Amino acid sequence: MRDSLVPAPLAQLPWRVILLVLAIGGFGLVVLYSAAGGSVRPWALNQGIRFGVFLGGAVVLARVPVAWLKTAAFPVYLGLVALLFVVELFGFVGGGSQRWLDLGFIRLQPSELMKPGIVLVLARFYDRLPAGEIRGVNALWPAAVLIGLPAALVMLQPDLGTALMICFGGVTILFLAGLPLRLFIGAAAAVAAAAPIAFGMMHEYQRNRVLIFLSPESDPLGRGYHISQSKIAIGSGGLFGKGFLGGTQSHLDYLPEGHTDFVFATMAEEWGLAGGIAIIVAYLLVVLWGLNVGLSSKGKFERLAATGLSATIFFYVAINLSMVMGMAPVVGIPLPLVSFGGSAMMTVLLCLGMLMALDRQARAAR
Amino acid sequence: MIGRRRAPRLVTEQAQAFTFTRRAMVLGGTQIAFGGLLAARMGWLSIAENERYKLLAESNRVQLMLIPPRRGWIVDRHGKPMALNRPDFRVDLIPDQLHDKERVLAALQRLLALPDDEMDRVREDLERAAGYQPVPVAENLPYERYAAVSLRQPELPGVAPAQGYSRFYPDGAAVAHLTGYVGAASAKDYERERNPLLITPGFKVGKDGLEKVLERPLRGAPGARRAEVTARGKLVRELDTRPDTSGKTVRLTVDAGLQSYLARRMGTASGSGTVIDCATGDILAMVSMPAYDPNSFSDGISHAEWDMLSASDHLPLMNKTLQGLYPPGSTVKPMNALALLDAGVRADERVLCTGRYRLGRGYFHCHKRGGHGALDMAGAIMQSCDIYFYTMVRRIGIDRLAAMMRRLGLGAEFALPVASQRYGTVPDSAWKRRKYDAEWTIADTVNASIGQGYILANPLQLAVMAARLASGRALAPRLLAHRPVETPSLGIDPEHFAIVRAAMSGVVNGGGTGASARMQVPGVLLAGKTGTAQVRRITMAERRRGVLSDYATPFRLRDHSLFVGFAPAHAPRYACSVVLEHSGHIVTAAPIARDALTWLFDAKRAETTLAVLEKGWGGDIPTRMQAEADAWRAARDGAAAAPVAERPR
Repeated sequence: MRDSLVPAPLAQLPWRVILLVLAIGGFGLVVLYSAAGGSVRPWALNQGIRFGVFLGGAVVLARVPVAWLKTAAFPVYLGLVALLFVVELFGFVGGGSQRWLDLGFIRLQPSELMKPGIVLVLARFYDRLPAGEIRGVNALWPAAVLIGLPAALVMLQPDLGTALMICFGGVTILFLAGLPLRLFIGAAAAVAAAAPIAFGMMHEYQRNRVLIFLSPESDPLGRGYHISQSKIAIGSGGLFGKGFLGGTQSHLDYLPEGHTDFVFATMAEEWGLAGGIAIIVAYLLVVLWGLNVGLSSKGKFERLAATGLSATIFFYVAINLSMVMGMAPVVGIPLPLVSFGGSAMMTVLLCLGMLMALDRQARAAR
Repeated sequence: MIGRRRAPRLVTEQAQAFTFTRRAMVLGGTQIAFGGLLAARMGWLSIAENERYKLLAESNRVQLMLIPPRRGWIVDRHGKPMALNRPDFRVDLIPDQLHDKERVLAALQRLLALPDDEMDRVREDLERAAGYQPVPVAENLPYERYAAVSLRQPELPGVAPAQGYSRFYPDGAAVAHLTGYVGAASAKDYERERNPLLITPGFKVGKDGLEKVLERPLRGAPGARRAEVTARGKLVRELDTRPDTSGKTVRLTVDAGLQSYLARRMGTASGSGTVIDCATGDILAMVSMPAYDPNSFSDGISHAEWDMLSASDHLPLMNKTLQGLYPPGSTVKPMNALALLDAGVRADERVLCTGRYRLGRGYFHCHKRGGHGALDMAGAIMQSCDIYFYTMVRRIGIDRLAAMMRRLGLGAEFALPVASQRYGTVPDSAWKRRKYDAEWTIADTVNASIGQGYILANPLQLAVMAARLASGRALAPRLLAHRPVETPSLGIDPEHFAIVRAAMSGVVNGGGTGASARMQVPGVLLAGKTGTAQVRRITMAERRRGVLSDYATPFRLRDHSLFVGFAPAHAPRYACSVVLEHSGHIVTAAPIARDALTWLFDAKRAETTLAVLEKGWGGDIPTRMQAEADAWRAARDGAAAAPVAERPR
């Protein structure tokens, strides 16, 4: 009887998650409208159109059979690595680092696509690996190469934030695939030991960001300015904020990047803790839905891909919010769906589209 | 490897699926926990620290801008302003907010049509300025230019156009060394005072002269304006305003008309002139020329202008009235005569002047080669005979002479609101022992008797000397009208003064050396004494060959010309001194003194005299200064254009 009212493909969509994403994106548009001083230009309108297009793309992606994703995982991964090489060789300098490839009609940022790419390829790799070998060396070194290659290329650009996200996404799959726990504990210890060495190899600006993260007040007008002003914006918002269009930090330009990386601070100043909790909860619900898709899937690939993709969304949000609230260095990771900009939105809606495809298959199997 | 205790755990698909489920749960739990952590962190910022951050946001948003107080006026004895404030439009640079320096400077140069000289000055100031210190770019702008910059301010971060007041000196260079000038506070000033007012754009502090010394009463109290501003410093709206309290008006004893007249009358000479009221000690004029234009100094002068002023041998940057020290030469003779009378020398005793005076194996000469013949005291003053004073002062000794010099104000530092005074030297035997560890010689006395040798005085002291001679009172020179008048008696026999004053009148009116100072005002006689101070030593060989004429002597080596006097001769009201540096005998001080005193009795006559003279000099002071600056610039650019083609041999 349901079939008679709504066509089957539409009825099969996970409407609750789509509404959640619509709510987050819609709220983002409201914040961008305010960040522009109460105007849909130059940000909210563009962002709204983009949001509509990408969400439509995600819904189309939801109809793609999972088998296609499985087949495409390796070729797509290799293609992205090749593109990363190209960016390294011919890439254009944007914001001081080479990140994107200008194809004329779109600026392609292969490192951005590598975030879901690494998840798919590793899911595919462990899918093919016999369960018996999961504790052996053969389970580890190919994965290390698969993660290390793109991470190193992105690091060369240099883009610490994206490189970290690729590593985080990859390691999450390794963890879920069942690699021995001691590996993770050992790696954590090794990272702690190697941190000073890595610090020495960083670019000057990255090193400054780390130092300023450790004590932002040491340089309140220089590099610590972003974090200081962001904390002022969030802290001054209080419980319910200063009201829509009432933020002074953002409207008087004290908050830098108030429509991109620090959009959360712009939001928090006007909507307060209430708005912040709403965003955190909404994202957690999306992420946990994705995790649940993984848990209810049957195949190894499906399980790993679903949990990995939802983890990618989680890392975006977690890193951005930590950074904005002064809990992490400024690494240039936007808040997806809310920050102005297409790349992160595209990636997250790509993840979401694939999750919906996985969800559709999991429900069909039940 | 040796004792492998157990076989590796065999992982089945089921076990792997189980591990996955367990670890996915852990992952989900971690994600929820991290979400909680983020929410807690946000709660901490927005609830626990809310007050602190609210304050910080508020101090970001609201900027307290000080309104510089209007500086107190400096007015002359009749209330005529000598330094006042004019509303003006100005543009400053705030180094802290200046990011794209070259682009902004280029835009400003275009918008304000500034010459390269000015841009060099701005660049230099920018380098020296601390980040918080505003650097003036241009002041006294016409409204259109100001508006052009204001309009583009959002694209020019660091540029601060403002409406305010600028200091204006109506008499320009004529008052420069008296009033001094104002300028933006230096980094050093700010470090000393730590007053945010000092770094407010448009605020000026006194840099020299009265402006500097009277900074406290002139400054006033700033007002304040609370305004909402953007991070780039752009004003969004004003919240509230408290008006400023302007500084106090300071009234001087100076007569602005006389000051300006005397400055102009100095002409192209390098020197100083001072006029003192004989009843009160009021300084009616205190001029040092040439001078800089305090108006352009207060705007921040260009590099070229500064170079030109520093390079000039007429020392326009030096206040010669207070900082120039000169051998007073023959102008001390009336005072020396007073010392002689005080020591019991009779005025009618005659000394025979043969033109030279033998001392040991050498000779001291009189300025008249053939000698004056037999002269009494009055004759010696009138003819300025050196031999008479050699002989007589030698008789009473240096220490009694020095005592009289001090009584008449030489060697004294007066209680005046001036930045610095050099008080010179009144030498005596104790002084020489202290300074050179040597005994005083008769030759030293002979030199001192005609105002040469070790004795040095500044022109103000000479004017005070004249005023004390004229009044018989120990007048203290006064510059501020509200200060008490001090005129204690000098305790010298009035008979003595009568003799000396009569002789001084004779200098001008009775066929003496100062005939050129004779006044044309009916019923008013001027009394005075001329003087010439030798700058170089004339050797015996040169004396035989014939002393070089002034035109053949380089400027730095020409004699100084001096004059002290008072009028009217019978009942003195005004006393003055005029000292011309290195003027030789081409231009002398006496006519300048005459015209200055004439102005006080008959201003019209004095102005007529000056009008003729100024035509010959090439116009009034601003015209001549402009011409000089143009010539200097042309010479400099010419020198730069044609490199070392011709080297002087």
